[in-house]
Amino acid sequence: MTELIVQQNWFVWMTLLPLGAAVATFLAPGQARWIGLTTALFLPFCALAAIAATVFSTAQPLTVGNWPTPLGIELRTDGLALVMLAVTALVGFIISCYALGYFPPRQHHLSRTHYFWPLWLFLWGGCNALFVSGDLFNLYVTLELVSLASVALIALEGGKAALAAALRYLFIGLLGSLAYLLGVGILYATYATLDITLLGEIISDSRLNHAAMSLMIAGLVLKSALFPLHFWLPQAHTMAPAPVSAVLSALVVKAAYVVLLRLWFEVFPALDTLAIGHLLGLLGCVAIIWGSLMALRQERLKLLIAYSTIAQIGYLFLVFPLARGEAMAGAWVGGVLLMMTHACGKAAMFLMAGTIHHTAGSDRISRLAGAGGPIGVQVVVFTLAAATIIGLPPSGGFFAKWLFINAALATGQWWYIAIILSGTLLAAAYIARVLGWAFLDVKRSSYPVIPWVMKWPPLALSVIALVFGLIAYAPVQIALIGAPVSVPLLVEFGP
Amino acid sequence: MNTVSLYAGSGIILFSLGLHALLIRRHLLRKILAANIMGSGVFMVFIAMGARGESGVADPVPQAMVLTGIVVSLCFTAVAIVLAVRINKLTGCTTLAVDEESSID
Repeated sequence: MTELIVQQNWFVWMTLLPLGAAVATFLAPGQARWIGLTTALFLPFCALAAIAATVFSTAQPLTVGNWPTPLGIELRTDGLALVMLAVTALVGFIISCYALGYFPPRQHHLSRTHYFWPLWLFLWGGCNALFVSGDLFNLYVTLELVSLASVALIALEGGKAALAAALRYLFIGLLGSLAYLLGVGILYATYATLDITLLGEIISDSRLNHAAMSLMIAGLVLKSALFPLHFWLPQAHTMAPAPVSAVLSALVVKAAYVVLLRLWFEVFPALDTLAIGHLLGLLGCVAIIWGSLMALRQERLKLLIAYSTIAQIGYLFLVFPLARGEAMAGAWVGGVLLMMTHACGKAAMFLMAGTIHHTAGSDRISRLAGAGGPIGVQVVVFTLAAATIIGLPPSGGFFAKWLFINAALATGQWWYIAIILSGTLLAAAYIARVLGWAFLDVKRSSYPVIPWVMKWPPLALSVIALVFGLIAYAPVQIALIGAPVSVPLLVEFGP
Repeated sequence: MNTVSLYAGSGIILFSLGLHALLIRRHLLRKILAANIMGSGVFMVFIAMGARGESGVADPVPQAMVLTGIVVSLCFTAVAIVLAVRINKLTGCTTLAVDEESSID
């Protein structure tokens, strides 16, 4: 039995299963809900099995079709791939459950229900393929798969604002990935290989490589919406239906960031990246402050959450200036931890915002006045999910920020601590503003009844996000399997 | 100046021209064309890299990648045109300057 689990290449199934199910849901729209839910139920188990396979036996990278590496595509499961597969499976499962309630079976918007499932499963399969790719060109193809599915999902609402947001997102995605692809071409011209591990070993510090690196990083920064290239994100993420917003904010943005992490730590460690690291860190700082201030000013709940995503992306980019010397592992793990916990927290927030919109009939924060009575539970779930965004203990956000602060101290870059702490304060402020409106003493009429799948799955996700810090040690140990960093997580400061 | 750098240089110039047009032009069809020209520029760089093989035979890997790239670019163009046509039908305009007033309610 154990042999059977360990010998399988589960991560290949995690790509093939959603892609196959996507085709099936497209061909049999009547059965889409059940095919989708079964796939979503199966994937977390696949993720667990993939982790078990890697932990209990040394998993070999798989080369598709057994072609030698410049021609064949190498798929592998290192720690980063495993934890991202698992988090995507967990968040994806919850989002799928929620979507069952959000897109009811019989409705006059029949087309919406029809197209959500195939597109969402394509996106999921694309994300999983991206995490296990060990080859720069394959990363490009999977990034394009993810962004094409996202474009179609944004356009699902069908209104003119949604279509415009989708088309703008398409142009942005295309621009970003073509810049990335040009960088890949330049690297291939010099080294005639696209394998990440091989490139990391032979790459040298030359001007051409710097040009390639700048192009690739610029493209990915655009795709992951770092300030000042975030302008497309609020519209794209808020025009979509609630489950789609959750997918985009929790998973799609992270896909580009995972590629960036791989490039920085596995392909380009030989290059002198001090200046670019500081630039990315500076932009991250501006993103934290500016995103939080904008979140504080928003009138609509979904826009508030979208700007909060921009601020959280800013934190992710602090990894690049902080990960040097003995703080390398701490900052890297902090980034991975923040990515995981933000995926859970932000997905729960967008799902709850959808439920609140559904019950209160409006997305305006001021219209929530007094909603705390009848839908108090929903508002409290929203707040629980927000705890990890603020970074309250014992959420994963708290531990991630702790690791960042430790790394900032160890590398003598104290100004990042000030930014992290003020970002935390601002996050607490914009969440408290929602609570303040919700619990005003205003009498409200009754609210419509909503299906239980729109309440309990988000609650489960926000509780996971909240206690993630306590259970994070095991995921962090898994993430460190085959990681490009190997020094103590926390740097001790003793007399 | 040899053939390889001529092709690679033209590819980079095409990429920059497309980038410029994608950012500056407002008409949606022009934006879509610009994105395609950017893509062609990148593909040309790849093809130029393929010429540099041992024993005068072209390296097949960049050509395989360009084929994949063309498929991806075709899909994107198709989706972009569908969206542009829908926007044109709904609003009557050919630009992205749809009123920024969101319609979430």
